[in-house]
Amino acid sequence: MQYVLNGEAQTAGAPLSVLDLLTRFELSKRRVAVAINAEVVPKSRFAEVWIRDGDRVEVIHAVGGGA
Amino acid sequence: MTASYKLGDLELRSRLIIGSGKYKSFEENRKALDASGAEMITVAVRRLDVASRDRGSLLDWIPPDRFHILPNTAGCTTAEEAVTTARLARELLDTKLVKLEVIGDSRTLFPDTTATLEAARRLVAEGFTVLPYITDDPVACMRLEELGCAAVMPLGAPIGSGLGIRNPANIGIILESVSCPVIVDAGVGTASDAAIALELGCTAVLMNSGIAGAKDPVKMAHAMKLAVEAGRAAYEAGRMPRRLHAQASSPETGLVELP
Repeated sequence: MQYVLNGEAQTAGAPLSVLDLLTRFELSKRRVAVAINAEVVPKSRFAEVWIRDGDRVEVIHAVGGGA
Repeated sequence: MTASYKLGDLELRSRLIIGSGKYKSFEENRKALDASGAEMITVAVRRLDVASRDRGSLLDWIPPDRFHILPNTAGCTTAEEAVTTARLARELLDTKLVKLEVIGDSRTLFPDTTATLEAARRLVAEGFTVLPYITDDPVACMRLEELGCAAVMPLGAPIGSGLGIRNPANIGIILESVSCPVIVDAGVGTASDAAIALELGCTAVLMNSGIAGAKDPVKMAHAMKLAVEAGRAAYEAGRMPRRLHAQASSPETGLVELP
């Protein structure tokens, strides 16, 4: 399965939930938000939403910024 | 003590809102935040570098249980991007607040008014407390208030310019034209600029570079706290009328006569 994570192409051999993805990148304990194909995935559904072939996944966090 | 005010259903006392960009470190940012007395700080949301092992986080230094975190849509250039960014920020930070910015021109960072209005309409419909960055255009501010924004945030001068309140007359007209809070967002370069915004009657000021860009950001944060308090107190006190000619404040009779 091919998907895109924050603009970078990725490959996964097995089906991947959002939680699996965050665990794979050691992000499961970080405060992040996730969108798949520009649709926000609620935190409460990370374990049950699956990434599909061709999905564009965004993982974002808070950074310093003013305007 | 000056009066408190509300943004949406949030009650605030400090009339200073600061940013979290351009600081040398998270620690310096936190020290400036403490010195400023601000209760609210704006942050950006960006892609996380999944390959990086650097796992330091802004929110470790500025905990959301102690400060109101105001996510912004900085860098967005379309209503669509701004709406998606706001939705992500709401999920990330468990907040309805959003500082809406839709940039229309990369050189001046002036807002795209049409796209800002469109994004505001959609975000208000989704239940956000929308605080839009906008030019010092009274009509645009009136339209944003009609759409249900919780405040309007006209710029004093371009973002990061430090040029101060370039058109205080327009800010004055905006204050007469809307009944929601008016927060000057962008342009404040030093303490007197912040005081002017509050003396005009603005509810608050939002600044980032004015503090982070100072030689000593923590000291400037303190200066801004004093300026905002002084400006608000002066506004509430009601300034004396301006006169073209002198008017003595000592008695004009009973003067000593020399032989």
